[in-house]
Amino acid sequence: MIHITIEDRNGDRQPLEIPEGISLSLMEVLKASDYPIQATCGGMALCATCHVAVLEGADALPPVNDAEGDLLDTLPDADTDSRLACQLRVDETMQGAIFRIRAE
Amino acid sequence: MITTDICIIGAGPVGLFAVFEAGLLKMRCHLIDALPQVGGQLSEIYPQKPIYDIPGFPDVKAQTLVDNLMEQIAPFHPSFTLGERVESLERQPDGSFHITTNEQTVVHCQVVVIAGGLGCFEPRKPDIAGLEQFEGKGVAYMVKNPELLRDRRVVLAGGGDSALDWTVFLADIAREVTLIHRSDSFRGAPDSAEKVFELAKDGRINLILQSNISSVSGNGHLQEVTITAKDKTVTNLATDHLIPLFGLTPKLGPIADWGLQIDKSAIAVDTVDYSTNVERIYAIGDINTYPGKLKLILCGFHEAALMCQSAFKYVYPDQKLSFKYTTVNGVPTF
Repeated sequence: MIHITIEDRNGDRQPLEIPEGISLSLMEVLKASDYPIQATCGGMALCATCHVAVLEGADALPPVNDAEGDLLDTLPDADTDSRLACQLRVDETMQGAIFRIRAE
Repeated sequence: MITTDICIIGAGPVGLFAVFEAGLLKMRCHLIDALPQVGGQLSEIYPQKPIYDIPGFPDVKAQTLVDNLMEQIAPFHPSFTLGERVESLERQPDGSFHITTNEQTVVHCQVVVIAGGLGCFEPRKPDIAGLEQFEGKGVAYMVKNPELLRDRRVVLAGGGDSALDWTVFLADIAREVTLIHRSDSFRGAPDSAEKVFELAKDGRINLILQSNISSVSGNGHLQEVTITAKDKTVTNLATDHLIPLFGLTPKLGPIADWGLQIDKSAIAVDTVDYSTNVERIYAIGDINTYPGKLKLILCGFHEAALMCQSAFKYVYPDQKLSFKYTTVNGVPTF
């Protein structure tokens, strides 16, 4: 099991357990867990409606790819801890990480 | 005025295939798309990417699929309005519609089919206090005519390619150019970033890094922006123009105001015929939603076929629809 923690826009934290080898992005897992993520573009790093902040565990995650970086760069409210959930595979690199949902 | 049977909003793969299904039922189509070319996301975003889940095509390049669809619908002579965005919809006494674009193109149609995909891409607006009241009064989200900025003071905000490119371009035109970026580096094209740093070093532009615009003020017209740095230092800067360039984000746009039932930025439809809650308006493809919805091109094709069977009654109210296979009947052109 991969254990992560999600902080919603109200600051409430909930643990989330995801089976290993599930081959889903964090965006897909958040949507499936009924978090209010719009994911308008369906995971193509176009809309930023799955913008999250990595509060803990950022270093273990794979680096920002070009499509993700280009979009994050255009966001007015992105920060150094910003990622797009659609570009993050849920796997062991995420073990113990804490994510805050940023996008409206 | 353009007169047609079905007006399709969105010329992506699903909108294009709807022309074919409509054509089999002798319904004419006119398509409107905000992009300057047909194909929607396929042509605009990933023309060279392969698609693996189109039935009968083990793999097909996105642009090839669009080209093939255009060939497939050619016998039905669809007409197009490209590079224009649909603004308003007006119901006529007989139930038909007048659709008007931002360029004042008017289409008269019996049925409206929204095949708008992600929606249309609109500038992303930053969260800056007071920003909206100065839109059109010093604040703009794109540079339409750089000549209007000649000898003026211009503040640009953003860190992407367009922010860099416009900074370089306007350095020669405007009286004073300031670029504000929240980080201290740029991911955009290295050439443009280097040029911007050079211009700053030569004193030809002001480059303010690690900072954001926190508020704007003025008296009827923009006069000043307030800049808050990462270290919380606050400075005010007098300016005539502010151009926030934070990329584009897909939005439903004016369609959201047509009285349609919207669920999480998608249009709710009845899966019997993909009709919306407004009579004679259908929504197909990625823009609609229903229980079990899958955003797949092949699902959009299916939706297009069923939609046409239902729309027929509005185009030919006195005729009975009889379903015919193309293998039996061929493709009856008009």
